[in-house]
Amino acid sequence: MAQFLQVLLSGLATGSIYALAAVGFSLVWQAAQAVNFAQGEFVMLPAFLVLIGEHWLHWPLWAALLFGFALSILLLGLAFKRLIVQPFGPDGGLPLVIATMALSILLKEAVKTFYGAEAEPFPSLLPNGTFHVGGAVVSVRDVLNLLAALAVVLLLTLFLDRTKTGRQMQAAAQNPGVAEILGVDVARMTLYAFLLNAALAAVASFLITPVYLAKFSNGESLGIVAFIAAIIGGFNRIRGALVGGLLIGVLDNLTATYVTLSYRAALPLVLLIAVILWRPQGLLGDEEARIV
Amino acid sequence: MRGFMPMRRAAVVAIAGALVAWHAPAQAQNNKTVLIPCVCELSGAGAVSGTNYRDGAHIAVNEINAAGGILGHKIVMHDYDTQTNPMVSRALVQKVVDAGAYVVMGTVYSGSTDVNMLVTEHAGVPQITGSEAPDITQKGDPYIFRTSSGSEKDIPALVDYFTQTLKVKKVAVEWVQNDFGKGGHDLFVQAIRKAGVQVVADVPSEQGQVDFSPDVAKIKQSGAQAVFVYVNEEEAARFLKEAKKQALTVPLVGDVTLTDQKVIELAGPAAEGAIAHVGLTVSAPVPSIQEFVAKFRKIYHHNTDHNGIKGYIGVYAIKYVTEMIGTFDRKAFAAKMHGLTLDAKKYPGMLLTTSWDKTGELSRESFMTQVKGGKAVVIATIPAN
Amino acid sequence: MRGHREAIGVAVVVAALIVAPLGQGNYIAYLLCSWLMLAIAAMGLNLTLGYAGRISLAQASFIGIGAYATSIVTLAHYPWVLGMAVGVVLCFVVGLLLGFPALRVRGHYLAFVTLAFNSLFFLVARNEDWLTGGTYGLSGMPRPRIGPVSTSGQLAFYYFTLAVALLAAVVLRLIVRSPWGRAFKALRENEVRAESLGLDVRRLTLLAFAIGSAYGGLAGAIEAPLVQYIDPGSFDVVQSLSLLLMVVVGGLGEFWGPVLGSAVAVLLPEALRVTAAYYLMLYAIAVILLMTRCPGGLIGLARRIAARPARRRGAAVS
Repeated sequence: MAQFLQVLLSGLATGSIYALAAVGFSLVWQAAQAVNFAQGEFVMLPAFLVLIGEHWLHWPLWAALLFGFALSILLLGLAFKRLIVQPFGPDGGLPLVIATMALSILLKEAVKTFYGAEAEPFPSLLPNGTFHVGGAVVSVRDVLNLLAALAVVLLLTLFLDRTKTGRQMQAAAQNPGVAEILGVDVARMTLYAFLLNAALAAVASFLITPVYLAKFSNGESLGIVAFIAAIIGGFNRIRGALVGGLLIGVLDNLTATYVTLSYRAALPLVLLIAVILWRPQGLLGDEEARIV
Repeated sequence: MRGFMPMRRAAVVAIAGALVAWHAPAQAQNNKTVLIPCVCELSGAGAVSGTNYRDGAHIAVNEINAAGGILGHKIVMHDYDTQTNPMVSRALVQKVVDAGAYVVMGTVYSGSTDVNMLVTEHAGVPQITGSEAPDITQKGDPYIFRTSSGSEKDIPALVDYFTQTLKVKKVAVEWVQNDFGKGGHDLFVQAIRKAGVQVVADVPSEQGQVDFSPDVAKIKQSGAQAVFVYVNEEEAARFLKEAKKQALTVPLVGDVTLTDQKVIELAGPAAEGAIAHVGLTVSAPVPSIQEFVAKFRKIYHHNTDHNGIKGYIGVYAIKYVTEMIGTFDRKAFAAKMHGLTLDAKKYPGMLLTTSWDKTGELSRESFMTQVKGGKAVVIATIPAN
Repeated sequence: MRGHREAIGVAVVVAALIVAPLGQGNYIAYLLCSWLMLAIAAMGLNLTLGYAGRISLAQASFIGIGAYATSIVTLAHYPWVLGMAVGVVLCFVVGLLLGFPALRVRGHYLAFVTLAFNSLFFLVARNEDWLTGGTYGLSGMPRPRIGPVSTSGQLAFYYFTLAVALLAAVVLRLIVRSPWGRAFKALRENEVRAESLGLDVRRLTLLAFAIGSAYGGLAGAIEAPLVQYIDPGSFDVVQSLSLLLMVVVGGLGEFWGPVLGSAVAVLLPEALRVTAAYYLMLYAIAVILLMTRCPGGLIGLARRIAARPARRRGAAVS
């Protein structure tokens, strides 16, 4: 029982990280019809921007974090939209997918060449302690990560449903033509989705890198898990990405503990195929609606 | 078929251009230089090991060239990146062999060496590898030589440590499912069972795995009295952190990586107490090694792992053996190196006294190390076997 | 007239390929072999994606299936032809099965299903030691003999690979030019219209997958004796992505696109060797620029340049 609780709680904590990456991914998908194959690298990069601020520019941690956050929004939000997504027009299709794949190679190689190939430790922003729950050891950081993911999803849902900008973003994504006629600045709303994605990626990066360690190749597995989480949960619901992420984190651990170790990586893949074939809108998704 | 012509022209130009490009640099050597190319993992999964191996090798090359070269010939060392891809590594080894390499330095990843050593064997070119997988020296290839002993050489020392020092009856094994981890796992499990120790938990993990909580939970549940940890650096750091979190208090013993400087840096206080057997370690209490480590840091502004030492002594071994045979004869080189012992007192570039047997397998003294106060310190020295 | 010109062009290229490795040393021959091998796999992917419009991120796993089948058969001392046939048929069947999801989902969803399939293939190849040698892989595959002639030399094996690649290209050309090929294109352009024209969309989709996958298998049958070592890592998702990159960079749905795209991927590291660590970054930037400026790939770019030759020449003179 202690073992079950242990892997369940750890799985939730890991899953919350996946969820953060998956939420931004859904946003961009919905707003720009763009599958971002560089999403994993988007979560890898901000941590390195912070490390640059800390170790190259010798700034205090808070300044480095601000620097990393601002630069992430500039590079991964604004520049990504303007330079890579925008030239493709409203429906980029396969060439856009290829461009994001190339971007993922570019970001990885750039970090490796200019910062280094080795993993680097990353300062933890959260307290380090642990406490016991029914025989399981839980770290404070895990709990806070989970709470952060829940808070982000909650705030984002509130923003999209309750604010004027949020509703305009939804309208712009659902039917850009009609939204335009109704006076919504569709281009601006799409830009917001990209900026939000960059901000979420930066937050995810700062939360996970103390555990993941900063390494140029971190995005490879994370990107794929983010896709899987987003699809399983349902692309058109922000909370779908949350549920998808948590589900994968937990199922991963339960599989490894009780079913198979050598095939521990297979379960999310099988689940993904099953969901796509039998419930392509995802576990929580609606047939038609989009989140943004 | 409108527009077909330009495309074809482009293809022809591309092919022709590439052929010209290959032709040019191949035969630039004169009788005053000797080609010793370094083919290793400069990108991909093996980038850290490969880059250190290359950097170590270049230090030796610069020292030797500054002192007049080998038999009056300056060493020319170009680097070739295998991208940690066996297929690319084979192509590159073929390329350097075609270009007239005297001896080939590299590769470090066993999966690559397994493939590209076929090329050097076929061409009769000695190859100094950084690989540690057991099978490398078990194929009867007369041209392959190690720079650090194969993992099969480490296993007896580790088994002795579990049975005689720790005196445990039940162990758990945590390993990574790649050729590095599987090699160590298979040998260790076989040997430790033979020694009458029960393997109560056999836990394979994925490369790049983040969450080690099921692994540690399983090991805790199993009642193991000690754990053998055989994973790569980042995974080792994550495993150590999780073990500390779940308060896994039994001894954690690994091979090479577990007390690596990088792992200590990544895992922080969680690395405290971890034990590892290391064939060649940057923390060895030997002045020659400490001097090399300091030299490396001064030149490259970062710390090396044991792969830097491997690259360095590999190049020096080439120099010493060639000077013994007095000529650049690849066949005589390989014959001389089999069964050779290079005493570090007489041959300081070897850093430690080193011997090669008939298969190219290497032996030298090794160390048990433990992390104490954020540093790996030697707790026992194991003589060469 | 144009067909005639193309025939001459092909003859020139083939002649160039025959003399290319002569007097060049083994490395060039090996590199050309890797290119032809990848070109075969990319041609198959181009049929599935470029002609029939169904994305697959699993092509590397089909190379893997072909390579493992060929290795297992030839290591048991059966001839290469048998191994190749087993591999290709196996890929055809598995490709057919993988085509079924393509009947239900499109685009990005299909990309993820095939990507998941490729990842599962990797896990099976790594875990099932008894069949695949696990993470150590299989090594020492003999090169084929053709009657009394052994292809164990690098040059002989190159001509063998060249012959296989040419044969594969000719067969693909026949397929593309056949009613099937036209039907594939109709499927890509407008599925509803294709259906209304009486085409069996279901069968065509499955066939496009099966044939494309079989080409992957054929490439694997070349890779096994070429490298003489295979391991699961050679067939992971990253390889599938780079095959996709080759096809699109060359020119999607263009017959010669994959040949050009794979040449770029194989030769570029060589050509950009002076840029050392930067070459992958340069390649990535070039791909992004190419995609944003000219989604038709290199062949599309060449067409565009060819479409305004007068202006260019004028500029050159002045």
